[in-house]
Amino acid sequence: MAGEASKAIDPKELWGGGRSPFSMSYGKMMMWFFLISDALTFGAFIVALGFLRYTYADWPVSEEVFFHIPFSHGHFPLAYVAFMTFVLIVSSVTMVLAVEAGHRMDKKNVIKWMAWTIVGGLIFLGSQVWEWGTFIAGPDGDITTWADNARIGWNPYGPPQYAQFFFCVTGFHGFHVFSGVIINIVLFINVILGTYEKRGHYEMIEKGGLYWHFVDLVWVFVFTFFYLI
Amino acid sequence: MERDDIIEYSLDAHHSEEKGVEIRKKIVQVTILLSAITAVEIIVGVFMGKRVVTPSTWVLIKYGYIVLTLFKAWYIIKEFMHLGHERKSFKKVVLYPYVFFIIYLIFILLVEGSAVFIHNNNFDWIQIYK
Repeated sequence: MAGEASKAIDPKELWGGGRSPFSMSYGKMMMWFFLISDALTFGAFIVALGFLRYTYADWPVSEEVFFHIPFSHGHFPLAYVAFMTFVLIVSSVTMVLAVEAGHRMDKKNVIKWMAWTIVGGLIFLGSQVWEWGTFIAGPDGDITTWADNARIGWNPYGPPQYAQFFFCVTGFHGFHVFSGVIINIVLFINVILGTYEKRGHYEMIEKGGLYWHFVDLVWVFVFTFFYLI
Repeated sequence: MERDDIIEYSLDAHHSEEKGVEIRKKIVQVTILLSAITAVEIIVGVFMGKRVVTPSTWVLIKYGYIVLTLFKAWYIIKEFMHLGHERKSFKKVVLYPYVFFIIYLIFILLVEGSAVFIHNNNFDWIQIYK
């Protein structure tokens, strides 16, 4: 928001020093700083995956590992991961639509889009559970036969680190999605109760939205570096 | 110096119905773009996988994936996370330290990774770099 403002900042909203750096509220800036630190964690995960792959001459190819889809025994390489990626992108879009509706103080539409965002997050989480189950079950697709199941120390696909990185990277990301869904549910209830209507702005949706888009952003990188390359 | 207190404050960032229509149009455009890029990545991944194409083509595809990923990431950060519309100085505060750090981390870990590979496979350093 460059250029001249329509009005000066309400003195109550200024930070302790009597100014407001970058014309931004304290909470929103701290959300950005938190996201930078979180991005460092995920960056470390993904770069460490690159390190390991450089130490191995051969690494499993994901088209040969992730080809299952629910309710079918067909061979559909990467189809389900594509679906999950799409779900997460769409739930990011509904989130940004909720933020946009918030800027118009349009409570009804904020409720609608927040609800769709939560649904998208839950579909993604359910898919993640199914994906883990299928990965652990191994090539025979039967999770009750323990000998060939993927685990931390051994897996039927390749080096032990392959399963370790699958569990850690997608697990850590899935945990972020889980907490994102919880945050979105809290925001959703607050919107229904009219908390932000009374406050005069929907900035809380924007802050929650930043987190939710970050989760989508991380998945874009996980998708490329774990599944595609 | 620009005065801080006369710039539109983030809490006052309300917009009108007409502006909303414009913003939603942009959101739809970005959505289509992101979905199309993902679809291309999947199709390439399925039909031109590592086992199918020649190693040199695979290297090209890999770099293509990285370019497309950064492109998608930039659009998510710029439009969805709204960083493209924040103050320029704040954009730098967020992006520069991270980008500098991560470029160094990628460089150093990949170099170390190849060193470990050479060590594990008992290659002769001198032969490789001669």
